[in-house]
Amino acid sequence: MTEERRVPIQVPVLARVEGEGTLELRVRGGAIEEVRLRIFEPPRMFEKLLEGRDYSEVPDMVARICGICPVAYQMSAVHAIESLFGVDPGSWVRDLRRLLYCGEWMQSHSLHIHMLAAPDFLGYTGVTDMARDHAEEVRRGLGLQALGNDIIRLLGARSVHPVGVRVGGFHHVPPRAQAGALLDKLRAALPQAEALVRWTAAFDLPAMEQDFTAVALRHAREYPMNEGRLVSSHGLDVAIDQFETRFVEHQEPHSTALHCLHDGKPYLVGPLARLNLNLDRLPVPVRAVLENTGVKFPSRNMYHSVVARAVEILLALHEAIRILEAYHESPAPGVDVKPRAGTGYGCTEAPRGTLWHRYDIDAAGKVTHARIVPPTSQNQARIEADLRQALQAYGLDHEDAALRQRGEMTIRNYDPCISCATHFLDLRIHRVSCF
Amino acid sequence: MAGKPRVAVHKFASCDGCQLAFLNLGEELLTLTRLVDIVHFAEAGPVNPDAVVDIAFIEGSISTPEDLEHVRGIRANSRYLVTIGACATAGGLQALRNFAAAEEWVAAIYARPEYIHSLATSTPIAAHVKVDLELWGCPVNGRQLLAAVRALLSGVMPWFEKDKVCMECKRRQAVCVMVAQGLPCMGPVTRAGCGALCPSFGRDCYACFGPAENANTEALARRLEGLGLMPEAVARRFHFINSGASPFTEAGARRRTKHD
Repeated sequence: MTEERRVPIQVPVLARVEGEGTLELRVRGGAIEEVRLRIFEPPRMFEKLLEGRDYSEVPDMVARICGICPVAYQMSAVHAIESLFGVDPGSWVRDLRRLLYCGEWMQSHSLHIHMLAAPDFLGYTGVTDMARDHAEEVRRGLGLQALGNDIIRLLGARSVHPVGVRVGGFHHVPPRAQAGALLDKLRAALPQAEALVRWTAAFDLPAMEQDFTAVALRHAREYPMNEGRLVSSHGLDVAIDQFETRFVEHQEPHSTALHCLHDGKPYLVGPLARLNLNLDRLPVPVRAVLENTGVKFPSRNMYHSVVARAVEILLALHEAIRILEAYHESPAPGVDVKPRAGTGYGCTEAPRGTLWHRYDIDAAGKVTHARIVPPTSQNQARIEADLRQALQAYGLDHEDAALRQRGEMTIRNYDPCISCATHFLDLRIHRVSCF
Repeated sequence: MAGKPRVAVHKFASCDGCQLAFLNLGEELLTLTRLVDIVHFAEAGPVNPDAVVDIAFIEGSISTPEDLEHVRGIRANSRYLVTIGACATAGGLQALRNFAAAEEWVAAIYARPEYIHSLATSTPIAAHVKVDLELWGCPVNGRQLLAAVRALLSGVMPWFEKDKVCMECKRRQAVCVMVAQGLPCMGPVTRAGCGALCPSFGRDCYACFGPAENANTEALARRLEGLGLMPEAVARRFHFINSGASPFTEAGARRRTKHD
């Protein structure tokens, strides 16, 4: 005779992710029967809000999708619209947009590593708790986060929802003196960023390899930020306008974030996927620091994401220094644009992964249709697959509190951007026991 | 007051950018955590949504049936309730859906709209419970937050400027982008507090800090038409980040009617 017993366990909110949702776990006997990352972001319906708006309003609107990565949204949008209008803003704008992105990677990754992820790996409940024993490391993290914000402010006046970007370029030419002062601060921070890579590489991370498909942009010469082709660890190599032929979003009943699959399967975007696919695009000094840590990339250990983030902070710092060393004041901050009707595609590397946009615009410059695929909806199926493996490997006989902690840590490791995709995260474990 | 003052930071429909104003405080964040107990701030770690607190900060707008219940609970547990940002204070950019048929939108985006539980409108916190202090801005900044904490814990209301962005522009000696470049600047009706960031970058203000006190929206709307904007374009200037703030709701609606 089989009797079922369910022991629901609830944790109100999953902490240290940007937003809220639920994790549901159903355990029967010694096996996981079902894992669901429930996401109920109250839909803000941005794609519909954009319809009927002028193309020039798009960068300031899409920034509001995410306060942590507004630059990424602005970048995917302006690249999509400029490609549609057939506009090339030139190398001055191109360099400064890369600089702007460096700032966002630095602030977002530093925030994630220190305030959200490191407490997991060092055994604290949060950053305040951790700061008592690791004050120097927390200060270093806050410093790198602030430097990232300084870069964004140079080009955007403020770090959250910056106001400097427009279709065709920027609104403002930063004065040379300001750029020079920032350059000095960035150079002085190099030893800190190198120390950060070594610090994360020394974390006692669970050793578990998983099979997954990594997807990221790849550029002919650079580590990808604003440009490139979509490639994968399993042979994909397509232009960004082909995204919809290989990636399909569908709706799951348990989530308001659409799930995106690549050729019908879960896949990974974000720092680990990027680094795995673009190791040979790291500048030599960054590569050297990474190799000295002894952590081997490409890596199939999802927890190496935290090391990949630290490496990308160092990379962003190097790139920002390189760009600022060559900085000169341009006579104009951008070029004029003339709208024309058509469809434009933009794809850039947000801190959390590939961010794809498509806009249909009419001859008057009004948006008639928009489609936005954020990194977190792409990672959702992968997170569920990871949870299944990670919790099974960890051991389902662990107490609920320990299982919950391991589940939360597994999710946090993806740095899910819940404002792009989620709302309330609480954990429900249903234990179905067979007698 | 026994022990340290207790503070909570709650989130509804929003982008997280105003919570980031706390997380971007740097060294001051560490100081703040020594002065007050942050008992609920899910993004930063502590989780206790039902805690009784001295100050509850709320980011985000009300857009689901569950939100309504949740916000009433927060009100009951909080001595001061403070909204941070355009979403909590005016419904946010997503309040643009209040002008449209939101149910049809859900159907257009989601294959199975029956799974989505969403209200037809996105509304500010003050539409549902008493709010003690509203901090405007998309996003708010750290100065506003610290000033609010400091003043409220001393038992007084903080003082914030309600005048126009134009005043900040003059103080910064920024060149007027409307006069010099003919740009459709919203500064004459927008609340000061950002530091006139857009005009100082040579672009027109887009009203992310909401309406100023005694904003003469009709005079500005006429001026914008004088600059060559069609009524529909004038309406879009008012119906943007803070379309749910009534002076802007009405000013935009007047131009939409004129257009139709």
